[in-house]
Amino acid sequence: MPAMLPDRSLLVIVPAWNEEQSVGRVVLELLRVLPYATVLVVNDGSTDRTSAVAREAGARVLDLPVNLGVGGAMRAGYKYAFREGYARTVQHDADGQHDPEAIELLLKAMDQEDADIMIGARFAGVRGYAVRGPRRWTMRMLSLVLSRVAHTRLTDTTSGFKACNRSAIRLFSSNYPAEYLGDTVESIVIAARAGLKVRQVGVTMRVRSAGRPSHSPIKAGVFLLRAVLALAVALSRPTEPLPREVPQ
Amino acid sequence: MITGYAFALGLCAMLVVLLFVLLRTRRLREKYAGIWIIVSLGVVVLAIFPSWAFWLSRVARVNTPVNLLFGGSIAVLLLVCIHLSTELSSQEEKTRTLTEEIALLRLEVRGLRAEESFLTEPVSPGGAVPSTRDPSTPVEPAR
Repeated sequence: MPAMLPDRSLLVIVPAWNEEQSVGRVVLELLRVLPYATVLVVNDGSTDRTSAVAREAGARVLDLPVNLGVGGAMRAGYKYAFREGYARTVQHDADGQHDPEAIELLLKAMDQEDADIMIGARFAGVRGYAVRGPRRWTMRMLSLVLSRVAHTRLTDTTSGFKACNRSAIRLFSSNYPAEYLGDTVESIVIAARAGLKVRQVGVTMRVRSAGRPSHSPIKAGVFLLRAVLALAVALSRPTEPLPREVPQ
Repeated sequence: MITGYAFALGLCAMLVVLLFVLLRTRRLREKYAGIWIIVSLGVVVLAIFPSWAFWLSRVARVNTPVNLLFGGSIAVLLLVCIHLSTELSSQEEKTRTLTEEIALLRLEVRGLRAEESFLTEPVSPGGAVPSTRDPSTPVEPAR
Protein backbone atom coordinates (compact mmCIF):
# COMPACT_ATOMS: atom_id res chain seq x y z
CA MET A 1 0.00 0.00 0.00
CA PRO A 2 1.44 3.40 -0.92
CA ALA A 3 2.26 5.70 1.96
CA MET A 4 -0.80 7.87 2.39
CA LEU A 5 -0.47 11.59 2.62
CA PRO A 6 -2.80 13.47 5.01
CA ASP A 7 -6.53 13.39 4.35
CA ARG A 8 -6.54 16.91 3.02
CA SER A 9 -3.68 16.42 0.57
CA LEU A 10 -4.63 17.73 -2.82
CA LEU A 11 -3.08 17.23 -6.24
CA VAL A 12 -4.19 19.57 -9.01
CA ILE A 13 -3.66 17.79 -12.33
CA VAL A 14 -3.21 20.13 -15.28
CA PRO A 15 -3.04 18.34 -18.64
CA ALA A 16 -1.18 20.61 -21.07
CA TRP A 17 -0.39 20.27 -24.73
CA ASN A 18 1.54 23.18 -26.23
CA GLU A 19 0.23 25.69 -23.69
CA GLU A 20 3.41 27.68 -22.98
CA GLN A 21 1.42 30.90 -23.28
CA SER A 22 -0.99 30.17 -20.45
CA VAL A 23 0.36 27.31 -18.33
CA GLY A 24 2.74 29.47 -16.30
CA ARG A 25 0.01 31.89 -15.31
CA VAL A 26 -2.37 29.06 -14.42
CA VAL A 27 0.21 27.31 -12.23
CA LEU A 28 1.14 30.51 -10.40
CA GLU A 29 -2.49 31.31 -9.73
CA LEU A 30 -3.23 27.77 -8.53
CA LEU A 31 -0.31 27.89 -6.09
CA ARG A 32 -1.38 31.32 -4.86
CA VAL A 33 -5.02 30.33 -4.30
CA LEU A 34 -4.23 26.85 -2.95
CA PRO A 35 -0.87 27.09 -1.17
CA TYR A 36 -1.30 23.64 0.41
CA ALA A 37 -1.84 21.88 -2.92
CA THR A 38 0.66 20.23 -5.23
CA VAL A 39 0.29 21.21 -8.87
CA LEU A 40 1.15 18.49 -11.38
CA VAL A 41 1.36 19.59 -14.99
CA VAL A 42 1.12 16.62 -17.35
CA ASN A 43 3.00 17.74 -20.43
CA ASP A 44 1.33 15.72 -23.16
CA GLY A 45 4.20 15.54 -25.63
CA SER A 46 4.38 19.29 -26.23
CA THR A 47 6.79 20.62 -28.81
CA ASP A 48 7.05 24.04 -27.15
CA ARG A 49 8.38 25.13 -23.75
CA THR A 50 5.30 24.04 -21.75
CA SER A 51 7.36 21.77 -19.51
CA ALA A 52 10.04 24.35 -18.69
CA VAL A 53 7.50 27.14 -18.14
CA ALA A 54 5.44 24.99 -15.77
CA ARG A 55 8.52 23.92 -13.83
CA GLU A 56 9.71 27.49 -13.46
CA ALA A 57 6.28 28.44 -12.14
CA GLY A 58 6.66 25.84 -9.39
CA ALA A 59 4.73 22.86 -10.67
CA ARG A 60 5.83 19.25 -10.75
CA VAL A 61 5.91 18.15 -14.36
CA LEU A 62 5.14 14.75 -15.78
CA ASP A 63 6.71 14.71 -19.25
CA LEU A 64 4.96 12.27 -21.57
CA PRO A 65 7.41 11.50 -24.39
CA VAL A 66 4.59 11.24 -26.96
CA ASN A 67 1.17 12.85 -27.25
CA LEU A 68 -1.53 10.63 -25.72
CA GLY A 69 -4.50 12.99 -25.65
CA VAL A 70 -6.33 14.32 -22.58
CA GLY A 71 -7.43 10.84 -21.46
CA GLY A 72 -3.89 9.51 -21.59
CA ALA A 73 -2.47 12.53 -19.80
CA MET A 74 -5.10 12.29 -17.08
CA ARG A 75 -4.53 8.59 -16.43
CA ALA A 76 -0.82 9.32 -16.01
CA GLY A 77 -1.81 12.06 -13.54
CA TYR A 78 -4.12 9.72 -11.61
CA LYS A 79 -1.36 7.10 -11.51
CA TYR A 80 0.95 9.66 -9.97
CA ALA A 81 -1.71 10.68 -7.44
CA PHE A 82 -2.37 7.04 -6.57
CA ARG A 83 1.28 6.07 -6.12
CA GLU A 84 2.19 9.20 -4.18
CA GLY A 85 -0.78 8.68 -1.90
CA TYR A 86 -2.79 11.83 -2.52
CA ALA A 87 -6.24 11.89 -0.94
CA ARG A 88 -7.87 14.08 -3.58
CA THR A 89 -7.27 15.40 -7.06
CA VAL A 90 -8.75 18.17 -9.14
CA GLN A 91 -8.52 18.20 -12.93
CA HIS A 92 -7.87 21.71 -14.15
CA ASP A 93 -7.39 23.01 -17.70
CA ALA A 94 -4.14 24.72 -18.70
CA ASP A 95 -5.80 27.28 -20.95
CA GLY A 96 -7.13 29.42 -18.13
CA GLN A 97 -10.75 28.48 -18.69
CA HIS A 98 -11.23 27.13 -15.17
CA ASP A 99 -11.19 29.41 -12.17
CA PRO A 100 -8.80 28.23 -9.40
CA GLU A 101 -11.04 29.99 -6.87
CA ALA A 102 -13.78 27.50 -7.74
CA ILE A 103 -11.69 24.52 -6.56
CA GLU A 104 -12.50 25.18 -2.91
CA LEU A 105 -16.16 25.26 -3.87
CA LEU A 106 -15.80 21.91 -5.63
CA LEU A 107 -14.06 20.30 -2.65
CA LYS A 108 -16.55 21.74 -0.15
CA ALA A 109 -19.45 20.39 -2.19
CA MET A 110 -17.69 17.04 -2.38
CA ASP A 111 -17.41 16.91 1.42
CA GLN A 112 -20.98 18.03 1.99
CA GLU A 113 -22.54 15.54 -0.39
CA ASP A 114 -20.07 12.79 0.47
CA ALA A 115 -19.43 12.32 -3.24
CA ASP A 116 -16.55 10.44 -4.84
CA ILE A 117 -16.50 12.62 -7.93
CA MET A 118 -17.64 16.22 -8.08
CA ILE A 119 -18.06 17.78 -11.50
CA GLY A 120 -17.79 21.51 -11.91
CA ALA A 121 -20.70 22.21 -14.24
CA ARG A 122 -20.66 25.34 -16.35
CA PHE A 123 -23.70 27.49 -15.70
CA ALA A 124 -25.94 27.69 -18.70
CA GLY A 125 -25.59 31.04 -20.43
CA VAL A 126 -22.50 32.16 -18.60
CA ARG A 127 -20.45 34.62 -20.59
CA GLY A 128 -17.78 32.95 -22.69
CA TYR A 129 -19.62 29.71 -22.87
CA ALA A 130 -22.64 29.56 -25.15
CA VAL A 131 -23.58 26.56 -27.25
CA ARG A 132 -26.48 26.49 -29.63
CA GLY A 133 -28.17 24.26 -32.17
CA PRO A 134 -27.19 20.62 -32.75
CA ARG A 135 -24.21 20.80 -30.42
CA ARG A 136 -26.53 21.89 -27.63
CA TRP A 137 -28.97 19.05 -28.37
CA THR A 138 -26.12 16.56 -28.27
CA MET A 139 -25.03 17.84 -24.89
CA ARG A 140 -28.64 17.67 -23.64
CA MET A 141 -28.86 14.08 -24.81
CA LEU A 142 -25.59 13.19 -23.07
CA SER A 143 -26.80 14.85 -19.87
CA LEU A 144 -30.11 12.98 -19.94
CA VAL A 145 -28.52 9.57 -20.45
CA LEU A 146 -25.68 10.09 -17.98
CA SER A 147 -28.04 11.47 -15.34
CA ARG A 148 -29.90 8.17 -15.48
CA VAL A 149 -26.68 6.15 -15.34
CA ALA A 150 -25.33 8.12 -12.38
CA HIS A 151 -28.70 8.43 -10.56
CA THR A 152 -28.35 12.17 -10.18
CA ARG A 153 -28.97 15.27 -12.23
CA LEU A 154 -25.98 16.11 -14.41
CA THR A 155 -26.25 19.10 -16.72
CA ASP A 156 -22.69 19.44 -18.00
CA THR A 157 -21.19 16.07 -18.81
CA THR A 158 -18.40 17.34 -21.04
CA SER A 159 -16.87 19.48 -18.32
CA GLY A 160 -13.17 18.84 -17.78
CA PHE A 161 -13.29 20.39 -14.32
CA LYS A 162 -13.75 17.74 -11.67
CA ALA A 163 -12.59 16.64 -8.25
CA CYS A 164 -11.93 13.03 -7.25
CA ASN A 165 -11.42 11.34 -3.91
CA ARG A 166 -9.19 8.37 -3.16
CA SER A 167 -11.64 5.77 -4.48
CA ALA A 168 -12.02 7.58 -7.79
CA ILE A 169 -8.24 8.06 -8.06
CA ARG A 170 -7.81 4.33 -7.52
CA LEU A 171 -10.32 3.55 -10.25
CA PHE A 172 -9.01 6.06 -12.76
CA SER A 173 -5.35 5.20 -12.23
CA SER A 174 -6.01 1.86 -13.90
CA ASN A 175 -9.05 2.56 -16.02
CA TYR A 176 -9.27 5.90 -17.75
CA PRO A 177 -10.16 5.82 -21.44
CA ALA A 178 -8.09 7.61 -24.07
CA GLU A 179 -11.00 7.50 -26.53
CA TYR A 180 -12.89 10.49 -27.89
CA LEU A 181 -14.99 11.92 -25.03
CA GLY A 182 -13.47 9.17 -22.89
CA ASP A 183 -12.08 11.62 -20.37
CA THR A 184 -15.53 13.08 -19.75
CA VAL A 185 -18.51 10.97 -20.82
CA GLU A 186 -17.06 7.47 -20.57
CA SER A 187 -15.21 8.18 -17.33
CA ILE A 188 -18.53 9.14 -15.71
CA VAL A 189 -20.07 5.88 -16.91
CA ILE A 190 -17.11 3.88 -15.60
CA ALA A 191 -17.29 5.62 -12.23
CA ALA A 192 -21.06 5.23 -11.88
CA ARG A 193 -20.85 1.56 -12.85
CA ALA A 194 -18.11 0.96 -10.28
CA GLY A 195 -20.51 2.26 -7.63
CA LEU A 196 -18.94 5.66 -7.08
CA LYS A 197 -21.12 8.62 -6.18
CA VAL A 198 -20.99 11.26 -8.91
CA ARG A 199 -22.40 14.72 -8.22
CA GLN A 200 -22.13 18.15 -9.77
CA VAL A 201 -21.95 21.71 -8.56
CA GLY A 202 -22.35 24.85 -10.66
CA VAL A 203 -19.22 26.89 -11.30
CA THR A 204 -18.56 29.92 -13.44
CA MET A 205 -16.09 29.67 -16.28
CA ARG A 206 -13.78 32.28 -17.62
CA VAL A 207 -13.54 33.32 -21.21
CA ARG A 208 -11.14 30.94 -22.88
CA SER A 209 -7.92 32.62 -23.84
CA ALA A 210 -7.91 30.76 -27.15
CA GLY A 211 -10.46 28.74 -29.08
CA ARG A 212 -14.24 28.85 -28.89
CA PRO A 213 -16.89 26.19 -29.35
CA SER A 214 -17.46 25.74 -33.07
CA HIS A 215 -20.84 26.45 -34.60
CA SER A 216 -20.27 24.70 -37.92
CA PRO A 217 -23.21 22.33 -38.55
CA ILE A 218 -20.95 19.66 -40.04
CA LYS A 219 -18.69 19.69 -37.00
CA ALA A 220 -21.76 19.61 -34.77
CA GLY A 221 -23.07 16.61 -36.71
CA VAL A 222 -19.74 14.80 -36.38
CA PHE A 223 -19.75 15.64 -32.67
CA LEU A 224 -23.25 14.13 -32.36
CA LEU A 225 -22.28 10.92 -34.15
CA ARG A 226 -19.07 10.46 -32.19
CA ALA A 227 -20.86 11.26 -28.92
CA VAL A 228 -23.57 8.67 -29.65
CA LEU A 229 -20.93 6.09 -30.56
CA ALA A 230 -18.87 6.86 -27.45
CA LEU A 231 -21.97 6.63 -25.28
CA ALA A 232 -23.16 3.38 -26.87
CA VAL A 233 -19.74 1.77 -26.45
CA ALA A 234 -19.37 3.03 -22.89
CA LEU A 235 -22.82 1.79 -21.86
CA SER A 236 -22.41 -1.62 -23.46
CA ARG A 237 -18.99 -2.31 -21.98
CA PRO A 238 -18.83 -4.81 -19.15
CA THR A 239 -18.68 -3.28 -15.70
CA GLU A 240 -15.26 -3.27 -14.15
CA PRO A 241 -15.25 -3.38 -10.38
CA LEU A 242 -13.30 -0.94 -8.27
CA PRO A 243 -9.77 -2.33 -7.83
CA ARG A 244 -8.65 -2.91 -4.27
CA GLU A 245 -6.16 -0.62 -2.59
CA VAL A 246 -3.09 -2.66 -3.56
CA PRO A 247 -0.38 -1.41 -5.88
CA GLN A 248 0.03 -3.71 -8.87
CA MET B 1 -4.42 -25.02 -69.28
CA ILE B 2 -1.38 -26.80 -67.88
CA THR B 3 0.67 -23.60 -67.81
CA GLY B 4 -2.20 -21.94 -65.94
CA TYR B 5 -1.98 -24.58 -63.21
CA ALA B 6 1.78 -24.31 -63.15
CA PHE B 7 1.53 -20.55 -62.73
CA ALA B 8 -0.96 -20.86 -59.86
CA LEU B 9 1.11 -23.56 -58.18
CA GLY B 10 4.29 -21.56 -58.58
CA LEU B 11 2.66 -18.50 -57.05
CA CYS B 12 1.44 -20.45 -54.03
CA ALA B 13 4.80 -22.13 -53.56
CA MET B 14 6.50 -18.76 -53.65
CA LEU B 15 4.09 -17.48 -51.01
CA VAL B 16 4.85 -20.41 -48.72
CA VAL B 17 8.60 -19.96 -49.19
CA LEU B 18 8.36 -16.20 -48.54
CA LEU B 19 6.44 -16.76 -45.30
CA PHE B 20 8.92 -19.39 -44.20
CA VAL B 21 11.87 -17.09 -44.90
CA LEU B 22 10.19 -14.23 -42.99
CA LEU B 23 9.57 -16.56 -40.07
CA ARG B 24 13.16 -17.83 -40.13
CA THR B 25 14.59 -14.33 -40.06
CA ARG B 26 12.18 -13.42 -37.24
CA ARG B 27 10.63 -10.61 -39.24
CA LEU B 28 7.23 -12.22 -38.88
CA ARG B 29 5.86 -13.77 -35.73
CA GLU B 30 4.28 -17.19 -35.88
CA LYS B 31 0.89 -15.98 -34.63
CA TYR B 32 0.53 -13.71 -37.69
CA ALA B 33 2.04 -16.17 -40.17
CA GLY B 34 -0.27 -19.01 -39.15
CA ILE B 35 -3.31 -17.82 -41.04
CA TRP B 36 -1.25 -17.04 -44.17
CA ILE B 37 0.35 -20.46 -44.19
CA ILE B 38 -3.07 -22.10 -43.89
CA VAL B 39 -4.43 -19.93 -46.70
CA SER B 40 -1.50 -20.59 -49.03
CA LEU B 41 -1.58 -24.33 -48.37
CA GLY B 42 -5.31 -24.30 -49.10
CA VAL B 43 -4.71 -22.53 -52.39
CA VAL B 44 -1.97 -25.03 -53.30
CA VAL B 45 -4.37 -27.91 -52.64
CA LEU B 46 -7.09 -26.29 -54.74
CA ALA B 47 -4.60 -25.64 -57.55
CA ILE B 48 -3.60 -29.32 -57.58
CA PHE B 49 -7.16 -30.64 -57.27
CA PRO B 50 -9.44 -28.07 -58.91
CA SER B 51 -12.29 -30.59 -58.83
CA TRP B 52 -12.51 -30.01 -55.08
CA ALA B 53 -13.59 -26.44 -55.77
CA PHE B 54 -16.46 -27.72 -57.90
CA TRP B 55 -17.48 -30.16 -55.20
CA LEU B 56 -17.32 -27.42 -52.55
CA SER B 57 -19.46 -25.05 -54.61
CA ARG B 58 -22.06 -27.81 -55.09
CA VAL B 59 -22.16 -28.42 -51.34
CA ALA B 60 -22.44 -24.67 -50.63
CA ARG B 61 -25.02 -24.26 -53.44
CA VAL B 62 -22.96 -21.61 -55.22
CA ASN B 63 -23.52 -21.77 -58.97
CA THR B 64 -20.09 -20.64 -60.11
CA PRO B 65 -17.18 -22.22 -58.22
CA VAL B 66 -14.98 -19.18 -58.82
CA ASN B 67 -17.46 -17.00 -56.91
CA LEU B 68 -17.11 -19.25 -53.91
CA LEU B 69 -13.34 -18.80 -54.11
CA PHE B 70 -13.64 -15.03 -54.42
CA GLY B 71 -16.18 -14.80 -51.63
CA GLY B 72 -14.07 -17.00 -49.40
CA SER B 73 -10.90 -15.05 -50.04
CA ILE B 74 -12.63 -11.71 -49.37
CA ALA B 75 -13.95 -13.04 -46.06
CA VAL B 76 -10.49 -14.26 -45.07
CA LEU B 77 -8.87 -10.93 -45.97
CA LEU B 78 -11.54 -9.07 -44.00
CA LEU B 79 -10.93 -11.20 -40.93
CA VAL B 80 -7.20 -10.68 -41.20
CA CYS B 81 -7.72 -6.90 -41.39
CA ILE B 82 -9.90 -6.93 -38.29
CA HIS B 83 -7.35 -9.07 -36.50
CA LEU B 84 -4.60 -6.58 -37.38
CA SER B 85 -6.75 -3.69 -36.12
CA THR B 86 -7.28 -5.37 -32.77
CA GLU B 87 -3.56 -6.12 -32.52
CA LEU B 88 -2.81 -2.47 -33.30
CA SER B 89 -5.24 -1.33 -30.60
CA SER B 90 -3.62 -3.54 -28.04
CA GLN B 91 -0.21 -2.21 -29.13
CA GLU B 92 -1.46 1.34 -28.62
CA GLU B 93 -2.68 0.49 -25.14
CA LYS B 94 0.72 -0.99 -24.31
CA THR B 95 2.50 2.07 -25.71
CA ARG B 96 0.24 4.27 -23.62
CA THR B 97 1.03 2.37 -20.43
CA LEU B 98 4.77 2.44 -21.16
CA THR B 99 4.63 6.16 -21.96
CA GLU B 100 2.99 6.80 -18.60
CA GLU B 101 5.59 4.72 -16.80
CA ILE B 102 8.45 6.57 -18.53
CA ALA B 103 6.97 9.93 -17.55
CA LEU B 104 6.50 8.82 -13.94
CA LEU B 105 10.06 7.47 -13.81
CA ARG B 106 11.49 10.66 -15.31
CA LEU B 107 9.81 12.71 -12.60
CA GLU B 108 11.12 10.31 -9.97
CA VAL B 109 14.66 10.49 -11.37
CA ARG B 110 14.49 14.27 -11.37
CA GLY B 111 13.42 14.25 -7.72
CA LEU B 112 16.20 11.84 -6.75
CA ARG B 113 18.79 13.89 -8.66
CA ALA B 114 17.69 17.03 -6.87
CA GLU B 115 17.98 15.24 -3.51
CA GLU B 116 21.37 13.86 -4.39
CA SER B 117 22.84 17.13 -5.50
CA PHE B 118 21.36 18.72 -2.39
CA LEU B 119 23.22 16.17 -0.24
CA THR B 120 26.53 16.24 -2.08
CA GLU B 121 26.82 19.99 -2.53
CA PRO B 122 24.89 21.49 0.38
CA VAL B 123 26.62 24.87 0.27
CA SER B 124 26.10 26.43 -3.09
CA PRO B 125 27.47 29.94 -3.41
CA GLY B 126 24.86 32.62 -2.96
CA GLY B 127 22.39 30.09 -1.57
CA ALA B 128 21.32 29.18 -5.06
CA VAL B 129 19.17 26.14 -5.57
CA PRO B 130 21.39 23.16 -6.48
CA SER B 131 21.25 22.61 -10.17
CA THR B 132 19.18 19.70 -11.35
CA ARG B 133 20.01 18.27 -14.71
CA ASP B 134 17.10 17.67 -17.03
CA PRO B 135 16.81 13.87 -17.27
CA SER B 136 15.66 14.22 -20.83
CA THR B 137 19.05 15.46 -21.99
CA PRO B 138 21.40 12.62 -22.84
CA VAL B 139 24.40 12.01 -20.61
CA GLU B 140 27.89 11.67 -22.00
CA PRO B 141 29.06 8.18 -21.10
CA ALA B 142 32.08 8.16 -18.80
CA ARG B 143 35.23 7.02 -20.56
